[in-house]
Amino acid sequence: MAKLSYLDAIKDALFTAMEQDDDVFVLGEDVGKKGGVFKVTEGLQEKFGEMRVLDTPLAESNIAGTAIGAAMVGKKPVAEIQFAEYILPAVNQILNEAAKIRYRSDNDWNAPLVIRAPFGGGIHGALYHSQSIESIFVSTPGLKVVVPSNPADAKGLLMAAIKDNDPVLYFEHKKAYRLLKGEVPEGEYIVPIGQANTVRSGDDITVITYGLCVNYAVQAAEQLSKDGYEAEILDLRTLYPLDKESIIKAASKTGKVLLVTEDNLEGSVMSEVSAIIGENCLYDLDAPITRLAGPDVPSMPYAPPMEDFFMMNPEKIYNKMLTLSEY
Amino acid sequence: MIEITMPKLGESVTEGTIENWLVKVGDHVNEYDAVCEVNTAKVTAEVPSVYDGVIREILINEGETVEVGTPIYKIEPDNAAVKEEVDEETDDSEINDVPSENKESDKASSDNNSSKRLSPVVMRMLSEHGLDANSIEGSGFEGRITKKDVEKFIASDNQQQTVNKTDSAPKETPHISTQETGVTAGEKIKVKGVRKEIAKRMVQSKTEIPHAWLMMEVDATNLVNLRNKHKAKFKETEGVNLTYFSYFVKIVSEVLKDFPLLNSSWDGDTITVHKDINLSIAVADEDQLFVPVIKNADDRSLKGIAKSINELATKARTKKLTGEDMAGGTFTVNNTGAFGSVQSMGIINQPQVAILQVESILKKPVFIDDMLAARHMVNLCLSIDHRVLDGLMAGNFLQTVKQRIENIDPDHSSVY
Repeated sequence: MAKLSYLDAIKDALFTAMEQDDDVFVLGEDVGKKGGVFKVTEGLQEKFGEMRVLDTPLAESNIAGTAIGAAMVGKKPVAEIQFAEYILPAVNQILNEAAKIRYRSDNDWNAPLVIRAPFGGGIHGALYHSQSIESIFVSTPGLKVVVPSNPADAKGLLMAAIKDNDPVLYFEHKKAYRLLKGEVPEGEYIVPIGQANTVRSGDDITVITYGLCVNYAVQAAEQLSKDGYEAEILDLRTLYPLDKESIIKAASKTGKVLLVTEDNLEGSVMSEVSAIIGENCLYDLDAPITRLAGPDVPSMPYAPPMEDFFMMNPEKIYNKMLTLSEY
Repeated sequence: MIEITMPKLGESVTEGTIENWLVKVGDHVNEYDAVCEVNTAKVTAEVPSVYDGVIREILINEGETVEVGTPIYKIEPDNAAVKEEVDEETDDSEINDVPSENKESDKASSDNNSSKRLSPVVMRMLSEHGLDANSIEGSGFEGRITKKDVEKFIASDNQQQTVNKTDSAPKETPHISTQETGVTAGEKIKVKGVRKEIAKRMVQSKTEIPHAWLMMEVDATNLVNLRNKHKAKFKETEGVNLTYFSYFVKIVSEVLKDFPLLNSSWDGDTITVHKDINLSIAVADEDQLFVPVIKNADDRSLKGIAKSINELATKARTKKLTGEDMAGGTFTVNNTGAFGSVQSMGIINQPQVAILQVESILKKPVFIDDMLAARHMVNLCLSIDHRVLDGLMAGNFLQTVKQRIENIDPDHSSVY
C-alpha cells in the first residue's frame, strides 16, 4: 500500500479506472495538456491520448451536456468542473437531464457519468474559488453526491462513482489535495456509495461531518480526549442519498450530536441530517442537536483574518464539542 | 413568583398529605379560591389561595405527605403591588453588597429548575427503570442530569439492588399475592388520605397498646321506657332525635368523674389524667371513619349532648368536620349497636386509654327474682389499655355505668 496525498489518490483512481475500462474518458477545462489547474489529471493525456482526455471550451453546460450524451450511449465520462462554483451554468443539465433520464425514459436510458469538482475554502481563493455548493444537489433524487474525507476514500469513492450506472457528483476538497496524506490501496479499490463511516469511537458526544472537516474533527476529538470526553465521529462520505441508518445509530449512541459543515449554516446538508435525527431519535437525545457551520454571509472572504472567521478549523470544532460534552 | 408552603392546619399538626389538587399549572385563581385538599390526621381541609394569580408550578404530588412549611406550589400573583415588592427586593440585592443568603437561595432555585428540565433520553431512561430524577445528581450544565448520569446511577443502583435482594429474599417468602393463591383480582383501590391515616393509626394502636376487654350485660328496660315516653315530644320541641346513644354518652361522662384514670392518656413515662371530659364518638361514612369530639360532655345536659351528636354526625357525613372538631378527645364511646352488633372489641383511639362500645338493645328472656321476664338487654364492651388500667377499676367503672342505667326511673327522670 502506498502513502498518497488526497490529490494523488484521485489521480490514481482515474488512471486505474481508465486502464480497466476503455469506455472511461475524462473531459474538462485544462484537464489535458495542462493536466488540470491543480494537476489532478497530470500525465493522463500523455498516457491515454487526446481522444480520452479532452480539453473543452469554457462552457460548463457543454461539459455536462457532452458527458450526459456520451454516458447515455454507453461511455463512462468523468467530467471535471474546474472549481465547484463554476458548476452553476451546468445545473440545468445535471438536475433536469442527467438526474431524471432514467425516470423519464422509464428505465430505457441511463447516464452513468461522473462530475468531479474541487470545492471548499481555506486556500485564499475568495469568492469564486472557495464555495461549498453541495447543498444545491443533495435534494435531487436520481443524483448521487459523494465527498471523500481522506486519500483512501478519495480513490475508493471515485472508482465507485465511475462504476456506478447513474450520475454521481464527486466533490473533492481543494485544501485537502496536498494537506491530507494516507495509505491508499493499489489497483481496484471501491468504497461503496451510500455508506457512512465511523472514523472514531466515543461515548460522550457524536460528531457527524464530511470532507475536510472530518480531519479537523478528529484533531479536535484528540484535544477533547484530554478533557476526559470521547467523541464518536461519523464521516457521511455520501451526502445524497444519506446513510440514515448510520446517522440514527451514531446519534442514538450518545444523544449529544454536533453536525459540522463548512457550508453556510442555513439549508446545508446538515439541516437534513438534523431532521433525520429529530424524527428518529427524539427519545435518545440528551441535548439539542447542534450545528456548527459557516456563517450565513454570501461567500468566503479574501482577507486572511476574515477567511479564518468563515472557515472551519479544529479549534472551532473543539470549542463546540466541549460545550456539548459539558451540557 | 411566590412559593406557597404547606399550611399548619391545627395546633399539633406537623405534616399534611396533599389529597387532591383542585387546580392545574397555568390556572388562574382568585384569592380564597380552593387550591388543594390537604389531609392531616383525619381531617381533610381545603387550602385557599392567598393571592389572585396564576399557578406556575405544583411541587408536591397527590398522595405525598410533606412537613408543614414545605413549598407545595408556586404562584405568579397578578397584583402589581406584590410584584413590585418582589422586584424591589431583587433590585436591592443587586445594588447592595449581595447578601450571601440571597445568592445561595437564587442558585438553589435555579439548580432546582434545571434539574427539572430533563432531556428526552433521560426522561425515557428514568421511566424505563422507574427512577426518580430527584435521586440522581446531575453533572451537566447547571446541574442538568445527563444520559451518562442516569447510566452511572443505574449501574450503581443495580449493584445495590443485588445486595438488597439477597437481604430481603427470605422476608419476601411469606408474602402471598392474590395471583399465587388463584384468587381472581377485582378492583384495586389505592390507599390514600383518610383511609391511609386510619390504617396507620389502627396498626399503631393495636400493636402498641396491650388491650384488655370486658363485657357487661345491662338491663336497659327503664331506659327504653323513659325514651319511649319522651322521644316524640323531644323531637317536636328540640328538632333532634332523642337517641339511646345520647343517654349512654351522658351517663358515661358523669361516671368518668368518679374514675378519672379512664379519662387519661399514656405518654410513655407519664400518665396524664385529664380534667376535661371530652368524649370522642365514632362516625362512619361509607369508606371513612371520623372520630369527632363532644367537648366537656360532663357540662352538657342530655339535650345538649343529643344536639352535639346530631351536629357532629351531620358534619361528618357532609365532610365538613374541621381539625378542631376532632381534636382533644379523652375517651371514646362507640355506637356499635347502630348497625346491630351485640358484641365487639374496640381498638383504643390513641393516646386515650379506653373505649366503650355500646351494642344493640335486644329484648331477651331474663330471670328476675326467679321469675322469667322479658327485658331490654344491652351489652357494654370496654377495651382498656392494660398499661394504665387494671380489670378491677375497669370493672367498677362498667358496674357503675350499669347501675346508672338500670336505676333510671322512667317516671321521674327528666330528659333535660
